[in-house]
Amino acid sequence: MLSQDLNTILPEIILSLFAMGAMLGAVYTVKDKAATLLVWITSGLLVALAFWIGTTGEGTTTAFNGMFVDDAFSRFAKVTILLAAAAVLIMSQEYMAKRDLLRFEYPILIALSVVGMMMMVSAGDLMSLYMGLELQSLALYVVASLRRDSVKSTEAGLKYFVLGALSSGLLLYGASLTYGFAGTTAFAGIIEATSEGVSLGLLFGLVFMSAGFAFKVSAAPFHMWTPDVYEGSPTPVTAFFATAPKVAAMGLFARVMHDAFGNSISDWQQIIAFLSVVSMFLGAIAAIGQTDIKRLMAYSSIAHMGFALMGLASGTAFGVQAMLVYLAIYVAMNIGTFAFILSLQKDGVPVTNIASLNMYSKREPVKALAMLILLFSLAGVPPMLGFFGKFYVLQAAYEAGLAWLAVAGVVASVIGAFYYLRIVFFMYFGAEQDEQLDASASPVLWGFLVASAAVMVLGVINLFGIEPLAEAASLALVN
Amino acid sequence: MDNLLSITTFIPAIAAAILALFLRGDDEAAQRNAKWVAMAATAMTFLVSLFILFGFDAQNTDFQFVEERTWIMGFTYKMGIDGISILFVMLTTFLMPIVIASCWTVNTRVKEYMIAFLLLETLMLGVFMALDLVLFYLFFEAGLIPMFLIIGIWGGANRIYASFKFFLYTFLGSVLMLVAMVGMYSAAGTTDIPSLMGFPFGTDTFSVLGIQIIGGMQTLLWLAFFASFAVKMPMWPVHTWLPDAHVQAPTAGSVVLAAILLKMGGYGFLRFSLPMFPIGSEVMGTLVLWMSAIAIVYTSLVALVQEDMKKLIAYSSVAHMGFVTMGIFTFNQQGLDGAIFQMLSHGFISGALFLCVGVIYDRMHTREIDAYGGLVNRMPAYALIFMFFTMANVGLPGTSGFVGEFLTLMAVFQVNTWVAAVATTGVIFSAAYALWLYRRVVMGDLIKESLKSITDMTARERWIFAPLVIMTLLLGVYPSLVTDIIGPSVAALVDQVETAQAAFTPSAASVASH
Repeated sequence: MLSQDLNTILPEIILSLFAMGAMLGAVYTVKDKAATLLVWITSGLLVALAFWIGTTGEGTTTAFNGMFVDDAFSRFAKVTILLAAAAVLIMSQEYMAKRDLLRFEYPILIALSVVGMMMMVSAGDLMSLYMGLELQSLALYVVASLRRDSVKSTEAGLKYFVLGALSSGLLLYGASLTYGFAGTTAFAGIIEATSEGVSLGLLFGLVFMSAGFAFKVSAAPFHMWTPDVYEGSPTPVTAFFATAPKVAAMGLFARVMHDAFGNSISDWQQIIAFLSVVSMFLGAIAAIGQTDIKRLMAYSSIAHMGFALMGLASGTAFGVQAMLVYLAIYVAMNIGTFAFILSLQKDGVPVTNIASLNMYSKREPVKALAMLILLFSLAGVPPMLGFFGKFYVLQAAYEAGLAWLAVAGVVASVIGAFYYLRIVFFMYFGAEQDEQLDASASPVLWGFLVASAAVMVLGVINLFGIEPLAEAASLALVN
Repeated sequence: MDNLLSITTFIPAIAAAILALFLRGDDEAAQRNAKWVAMAATAMTFLVSLFILFGFDAQNTDFQFVEERTWIMGFTYKMGIDGISILFVMLTTFLMPIVIASCWTVNTRVKEYMIAFLLLETLMLGVFMALDLVLFYLFFEAGLIPMFLIIGIWGGANRIYASFKFFLYTFLGSVLMLVAMVGMYSAAGTTDIPSLMGFPFGTDTFSVLGIQIIGGMQTLLWLAFFASFAVKMPMWPVHTWLPDAHVQAPTAGSVVLAAILLKMGGYGFLRFSLPMFPIGSEVMGTLVLWMSAIAIVYTSLVALVQEDMKKLIAYSSVAHMGFVTMGIFTFNQQGLDGAIFQMLSHGFISGALFLCVGVIYDRMHTREIDAYGGLVNRMPAYALIFMFFTMANVGLPGTSGFVGEFLTLMAVFQVNTWVAAVATTGVIFSAAYALWLYRRVVMGDLIKESLKSITDMTARERWIFAPLVIMTLLLGVYPSLVTDIIGPSVAALVDQVETAQAAFTPSAASVASH
C-alpha cells in the first residue's frame, strides 16, 4: 500500500526533495552565485513535471486513505500551476539579477510553494488541505519581502503575513466546526454527513471556510491585502502572486465545495454568487483611479477572480469546466501582461506609473501592439481569448439559473473596460513627451509578451484543445 | 469555389498582416506602398465580391454560398448570405476602395492607419455574412477595436472623449445582447442562425420584479438585442455618441462609420429581432415606431442649429436612420424594402457628404460653417457635387434618397397614420437644414479673406465622387435594381413574421391563465 501511495504523490516528492537538496547544496557551497543556475534548473524541473503529470496520469487514484486525490481535476490544475510558475521564474531571472535581488532561496521558495499548491488542489481531507495551504502561504510571505532593504517590500510581506494568518485562522475555525459536526475531516465523510441536509454547525463551518478561501483568492470583500501586496512586492513576485496561487486557491475552493459540500450546493451557491458579484464590481470600479500599473493589475485580478467564481457559483460540472478554462486563459494573459510590466524601466530603474507609458507605441510598436491585444483580451472584447473565457462562465451561470449574475458580470466588464482602455490611451493617443522609457533589450520578456498575445489571437481557432481536458477535469470533480 | 465568402472576408485581413509583418520604415516610399497595398486589397475584395453578386440567385430565399466548419464550445464557423445581407456586403466592398482613396493625403502613421481600415473591412464583412450567433457577435464587437483606434489616434482635438464614449456606449449595448445570446444558446442548444430563426422562444407572460412582461422570454431577448442595435443604429435617445464620434473621427473614419457601421444595427434588426422574436417585435413595435418618429423630427431640429458641418450631417444621419427603424417595424413588404433601400442609399449619400466636408477641411482645417461662404466662386465643381448630394440627402425624386423615404412612409401610413404624419414633417425639416447648410457654405459672395485662395477639387477627389454619384442616380431612377434582389428574401421574412404573429394568441388570454 505504502509504495502505491508514494507512487501517487511522486511528483510532489520529487519537487520537495529537489527543493531541500538544492537548499542544502547552495548553503554549503556557492550560495547566491548558484542562483541563476538554480532558476533555470527549477523551471526546467517544473516544466518536466508538468509534461509528466499531463501525459501520464489516468483515472482517479487516492493515497493515504483519501488524504490525497489524484484525478483529472487536480492534474489540470497542477499543469497550469507548474507551467505558470516556470514561466514566471524564467521571466524574473534577468530582472532580479540586474537589481541584485536574485537570492538562491528565491527559486527554492517558489518550488516549495508550488509543492504546497499541488497539495492544495489534490487535498481530500481537511488536514492535507491545511498543510498544502500553509506550505504555499509561508513560502509566499517570504518572497513578498524579498527586497529586504525596501520599506514597501517588507511592509507587503508583513501585511500579507498578518492578514494571511487571520484568514488561516478563519479557515481553521471553520474546519474545526466542520470536524466537530461531521465527525470526520475526510471530504468523503463530510459529504456523507451532509447527505441529509446541513446542520447549523456545519453551515457555520462552511461559511468560515469560504471566508478563508475568499482571502486566498482575493475575492471582495476579503481583498484588502491584494493591492498593497501587489504594489510592494518585487514585480516578478507580483507576477507570481497573480498567476499560480490564484489557480491553486480556486482549485482548492472548487474541490472543497464539490467534494465535501457537494450535497448542499444551494447552501453555498448564494455565498459564492455574492463574492463573485462584489469582486467584479469592486475590481472594476476601484481600478479606475489607479495610477500604478501593479495596483491596477491587483484590482484587475480581483475582478477576474469574480468571473472565475461565477463559474463555481453555478454549482454544476459545466461551471467547473468554465472556471478551469477561465483560469487557464487568465494565467496566459497575466504572464504576458507582467512580462510587459517587467520590461518597463527608465535609466535601469523599474517604472510602474501608467502615465510613463505615454506614446509608447511610437518607440516600441511591436510590444505596444502585443500589450494592446492583451488589454482587449483582459477586457473581454472578442475576438481575443478573454472573451471566450467570459462566455464560458456566463453560460454556466445562466444555465444554473443565475441570469442576474450574468447580467451583473457583463455590466461590470463594461466598467472594467474603461481602465484597460486607459492604458491603450496612454500608449497610443497621448502626446509626445521628453521623458522616455528605456528601449528594452530583454529577449526573454519580449518573447513571453509576444507569445502571450499570439496565444490570445490564435486561440480563437480551437482554444488549443483545452476544452476536452477541462471537461474531463470537471467531470472528475462533480459527479 | 465553396469558400468564396471566407476568401472575400479575409483578403483585407491578409493584406493587413502583410503590411504589419513586411513593411518597414515610415518614409514617404513606405507610406505610399502602404496605401497602394491597401488600395489593391480593397479593390480585389470588391472584384471577388462581384462573383458573389453575379452568382447569387435572388429567387432562392435560402442562405447561399454556405460554408460550415466546427469550431470551439459547440459553435460553428458558418458563413452564408441571402437577399437581405448580400447588398450590405456589396456596399462594404464597394465603399472601401473609396475610403482608402480618400485618405491618400494622410501622412501620420500611415501603415497603422491602413491596417486599421483593412481589419475593419474584414470585420464588417464578417458581420454581414456570419450565420452563427457567436461568430456574428465576434465580428460585431471586434469592429469596435479598430474604430476606437482610428478615432483615438487620427481624430480631432477632442478625440479622447469621443473614442471612449464611442467604445463604452456601444460595448454596454452589446454585452446585454451577449447575455441574451447565452440565453438563446441555453434554450435552443445551438448557435446556428438559420435554426434559431425557426426556434419558438417562449412567449408566456411572466413578471420580473413585479412588472408583467407581455410576450415573456421573447420580449426580454428582444430588449437585450434592441439595446445593442439601437445604440449602433443609433436611435434616439441613445444617439449621443454618434455626433461626438463623427466630429472627432478623421474623414475616412466618418465615412466608414456613417456608411457601413451604422447599417449593422438595421441589419441586426432584420436578421435577429424580426425573425427570431416576432412576438417581442410585435409587443414593442409601436414604441419603436414612435421613437423613430421622434428621432426624425427631434434630430432634424437639432441639426438645424448646428455650427459644425460634421455634426450637422451626423444628426441628419440619425434622422435618416429613424426612417429605417420605422420601416422595419411596420412588418410589411414596403417597409422592409424601404428600410434596406434607405440604408444602402444613406451609405452612398452620407459617405459622400462626409467626403465633401473632408475636401474643404483638408484645405481650411475647420468645420465651422461660419468660416465658409461663397465657395461656388472658386470651387464650381465642388459646388455641383455638394449640391447633388445635398439634394439626395433631402430626398429629391430621382435620387436614391427619395425611394427609401417614400417606401417607408408609405408603409408606416398603412400601419399607423399618426406616426406617418409626424415623420413626414421630418422630410420638410431635412430640406430646411440641408439647404440652409448649402446656402451658408457655398452660395453668396466670397468675402472671407482666408477663402480667397482656395482651390477646386483635384482630379483624385473628383474620381472619388464619381462612383457615388453614379450609384445615387442609378438607384434613384431604377430602384428595382435593389428591390429585385432583396424582394424574395424580404417577402419570405415578412411572411414568417406575419405567420408567427398571427399564431400568437392575444396576450390577455395568457395573462389571465397565470
